Amino acid sequence: MTLTVNGVIQTVTVPPMKRLLDVLREDLHLTGTKEGCGEGECGACSVMLDGELVNSCLVPVKQADGSRIETIESPGLELIQQAFAEAGAAQCGICTPGMVLAAKALLARISNPAREQIREGLAGNICRCTGYQKIFDAVEMVSRAKP
Amino acid sequence: MSLRVVGSPVLRKEVHAKVTGQAEYVDDLRLPDMWHGITVRSTIARGRILSIAFQDGVKWDEFTVVTAADIPGKNIVSLIVEDQPYLATDEVNHLHEPILLLAHPNKSLLEKARSLVKIDYAPLPAIFDIDSSLSGDHVIWGTDNVFKRYLMEKGDVEAAWSSAAHIIEGEYSTGAQEQLYIETNGMLATANLQDGVTVRGSMQCPYYVHKSLMGLFGLPSDKIRVIQQETGGAFGGKEEYPSMIAGHAALLAWKSGHPVKLIYDREEDMAATTKRHPSRTRHRTALAADGSLLAMDIEFVIDGGAYATLSAVVLSRGTIHAPGPYRCPNVRVRSTAVATNSPPHGAFRGFGAPQSIFALERQMDKVARALHLAPEVFRERNFLHTGDTTATGQTVSQSLDLAGLQKHALTHAGYFEKKAKFKVENGRTKVRKGIGFATFFHGAGFTGSGERYLQSVITLRSNSDGRVEILCSMTEMGQGTNTVLSQVAAETLRIPYEWVSILRPDTSLVPNSGPTVASRTSMIIGKLVENAATDIREKLTLPINYTPAEFVKACAARGTMEVSARYHEPGAIFWDDQKYRGDAYGAYSWAIYVAEVSVDTLTGEIAVDRFTALQEVGRVLHPVLAAGQIEGGVLQGIGFALYEKVLFRQGAMINNQMTNYIVPTSMDVPPIDVLFEEIPYEHGALGAKGIGELPMDGPAPAILNAVEDALGISFNHVPLLPEDVLLAERRVA
Repeated sequence: MTLTVNGVIQTVTVPPMKRLLDVLREDLHLTGTKEGCGEGECGACSVMLDGELVNSCLVPVKQADGSRIETIESPGLELIQQAFAEAGAAQCGICTPGMVLAAKALLARISNPAREQIREGLAGNICRCTGYQKIFDAVEMVSRAKP
Repeated sequence: MSLRVVGSPVLRKEVHAKVTGQAEYVDDLRLPDMWHGITVRSTIARGRILSIAFQDGVKWDEFTVVTAADIPGKNIVSLIVEDQPYLATDEVNHLHEPILLLAHPNKSLLEKARSLVKIDYAPLPAIFDIDSSLSGDHVIWGTDNVFKRYLMEKGDVEAAWSSAAHIIEGEYSTGAQEQLYIETNGMLATANLQDGVTVRGSMQCPYYVHKSLMGLFGLPSDKIRVIQQETGGAFGGKEEYPSMIAGHAALLAWKSGHPVKLIYDREEDMAATTKRHPSRTRHRTALAADGSLLAMDIEFVIDGGAYATLSAVVLSRGTIHAPGPYRCPNVRVRSTAVATNSPPHGAFRGFGAPQSIFALERQMDKVARALHLAPEVFRERNFLHTGDTTATGQTVSQSLDLAGLQKHALTHAGYFEKKAKFKVENGRTKVRKGIGFATFFHGAGFTGSGERYLQSVITLRSNSDGRVEILCSMTEMGQGTNTVLSQVAAETLRIPYEWVSILRPDTSLVPNSGPTVASRTSMIIGKLVENAATDIREKLTLPINYTPAEFVKACAARGTMEVSARYHEPGAIFWDDQKYRGDAYGAYSWAIYVAEVSVDTLTGEIAVDRFTALQEVGRVLHPVLAAGQIEGGVLQGIGFALYEKVLFRQGAMINNQMTNYIVPTSMDVPPIDVLFEEIPYEHGALGAKGIGELPMDGPAPAILNAVEDALGISFNHVPLLPEDVLLAERRVA
């Protein structure tokens, strides 16, 4: 199977039902994508698949064959990452990669989201540390900084 | 000159690694020839193990199998009481108790192998709740199922009843709560006779793990090395149980000759590891005619599960916090931690205090209502003031104006206007609104003589290039240890924050600074960092009002220097462990939390619409991190109050998935206004007191007080779910 991961074409020989999450972490050594629950509830394993935010623990790699995958290791996330750092949006950091990608997906849909839209946009990603306020702040920082 | 490092929002030390996904958590590590481990657990709550069979279906000769017989040293998880085995031998005392361990190079074979281990048992009677445990019908622990009892007394409660104008009684209970750190527990171990044992993993307390592994392997201190990896949340849930997992991974590594990684999946983590202790509290409160407190008689019971673990100390904190920030001449708290056949309950942010404070603050609203006093008026009449004594007889020495704090919080929250407005509007809509609050304190650091026994040490190393390193065992788990301790060192040394770094906790490199628990890191360990930094300044030849450049020059002349600081009790702290009298904590943080709620009377759903969290925590070292602690703690408290219900069967959690254990999402969090009052505490780092646990204490009672304001129905149990509301509405109707 062939995937374009963060702009690099990768060929993997793995069982077709292997989770995309495990292919990224174990076969491609991209360990920035995290497993939180293994059942699509927490969003820690969020990645972009052909521009859509998905839970990579729910995607058999076969389904991603021929797709473009974007993970936290991808270039182009610096503005969001910097905002997360400055706003105090990352505490323990384990939900952060997924949250950064969820923020990216949200901002791609709505470039200047209202607070309520941010809440909705991040509702699939659980953070147990921050109480979300600083994550909302980070997303607002990005949307303000955008030209 | 002074570089303003403390009080400014410097970037968190490890933030770049975290936002880019480069931070290394234990499951991100791999070693050559690494195997994977899995734990075979009890499938009954209590009984004798009759036989263990390995059924056909996998090539068993490829697996490493560890049983208790393989343990080189003591089969005991070392903590307070030596009762919990690493691996059960003859009997099991709770569901999911570890019995044996498997390792194999191929992770995907482990689950199947685990299912092929057949264990036969002779079941014994088991008990699953506080009442069954107290009844003593079946004794499952010690002689009476009691891990610990305390009697905390001030004055004479019995003598007060006869002179009371009012006596108000109430009973309150709280459920278990799962910490639900998003990174599940895990360890990676290497072990052999020559090098000893090295364990890397997710943990709060490297030296707890270290001590327990010394006993497990019968090895000396220098043959055990424990390294904390980046830790993806803990909240108390990685205080004691990591010692168990580290031991298991190390035993598998020891026997297999390979590095072994042992990572729990979410279901196993939720089912098998610790939760917040369920509790029951009974209050009997005596009042004079003018509404002043005459006596508080409190019975507090927590369910500790099958082994003693930390229950005695959780009970201790819950006991001391039970009478709260009120002046009362006669107080009696009788508390008990009992055994049941549940997996042991353990540390969770607040550590007993959220349970007893929930009861207290519901009771205070009940008392006020019975006396026809507004809750703020009743509280103001009874608040502790500077110079008063707490229930343990500790004199409040700090400047304290709780009435002022209360007024500030209520005014900020628009409490009076909203209360009046809701009262008018509630009759007209299906969604009723309410507002309520709670006032409370949280003691920072270990209870009583705990800090004296810990004798924590930190080391500061100044290098010839002027760079400074902090060596301590305090762990970063998201709360900001790395950043705050570096700020304290930088500010005290008057050098840029960027010049200070902190070593990853590794027991072969850092001294034992005690565990990262009990809101002690900033206040207690931060103070040691400050003291060591002051010591370095004095040892270097520095001009008065030196510049960072002059600091570098002095360091270059001196070469590398290490200075250590050890904890000494500040001033005349006195604590009597037998009578439970004296200075329970070096300092308390104080808070008033206000919750505004909407209750949908058709669905029973409760939403928190707005939250005001005002607290006096000493000096705030980092405004963004401090606010982050409060906001995160408040949301966990909202979860404790309204969402997070642990369902038990045979003593163990059965909704052990994120699908059916519901924690608050971004849609559930209200705007949270965080307000700090700063009264510097002279014995805390640059004036800081404890902050981490405080925000867990207040939300649950504030929210239920608000729900009562909205509905006129009194609820005395958390979590309070929509079905509870609907049933109660039906009863009232």
